[in-house]
Amino acid sequence: MGRTLDAESRSWLQGLRAVGSEREATLARLHGLLLRVARHEAHRRSGSLQLRGPELDDLASQAADDALLAIAAKVDGFRGQSRFTTWAYKFVMFEVSTKLARHFWRTTTVPLDQQDWDRLPDLLGVQPHQHAEWHELLAALRRAVAEDLTDRQRKVFVAVALNNVPMDAVALELGSNRNAIYKMLFDARRKLRASLAANGHLPYAASRRP
Amino acid sequence: MNHGSSLDKLLATDPADVGCDRTFELLDVYVEVELAGQDPRSRFPGLAAHLRSCEACQADYQGLLAAAGGLDE
Repeated sequence: MGRTLDAESRSWLQGLRAVGSEREATLARLHGLLLRVARHEAHRRSGSLQLRGPELDDLASQAADDALLAIAAKVDGFRGQSRFTTWAYKFVMFEVSTKLARHFWRTTTVPLDQQDWDRLPDLLGVQPHQHAEWHELLAALRRAVAEDLTDRQRKVFVAVALNNVPMDAVALELGSNRNAIYKMLFDARRKLRASLAANGHLPYAASRRP
Repeated sequence: MNHGSSLDKLLATDPADVGCDRTFELLDVYVEVELAGQDPRSRFPGLAAHLRSCEACQADYQGLLAAAGGLDE
């Protein structure tokens, strides 16, 4: 999948692998780009988090700083499959996500594993006149969550799928990472679907792909 | 009894899904394929499957697409 490195990417790599003032100038120029992207991204994602003004600028600035450190440390891992800047911006996305997860817990008091099952019909778009029809299924789902999942799978499923807690915030709270949390959520969903199907609640769904 | 697509979505998993780490590894390539006017979903079906069900990686993808599409000009 390799491709010829474009001149601009080559120039970035040369500057980052240099020493002294050339490297410092390259880092400063890169930081400027990262900061611009971080500000844009933080602003794009800030809507639901009541985050604005100096606090938003501060978050973007920290994200750009940490992204620069990560890029400088990992530059030898850049394999030239994309432009250097596109590769570098990935680290800004990661850092903005991480900083927003921290901000989430500063402004949210909902316990990670609070199970508000009364919200589920609304979450699933069940209309009031359908509540009776859904009652048995939702009870079966609740039972499967309680009995078929491990403690950690239950915590993750309830937080992400029922309480709408961002996955990065769950990862932060559990001292884990996004990939591990996603895997737990994936396994939990598969178990729950299998359990509902085995008990005749979702006869069509056991092997269905989304 | 029609339980509709909402429960399906809540419990959806796709065996092709490559997960968050692999998505991060390839996201820059995926974005540039898209910016070049090609279809990254056919070249990276497992990554496309992941982006359909992972809100966190979907947000990263949208942000990277915007950044690579113009903010570095």
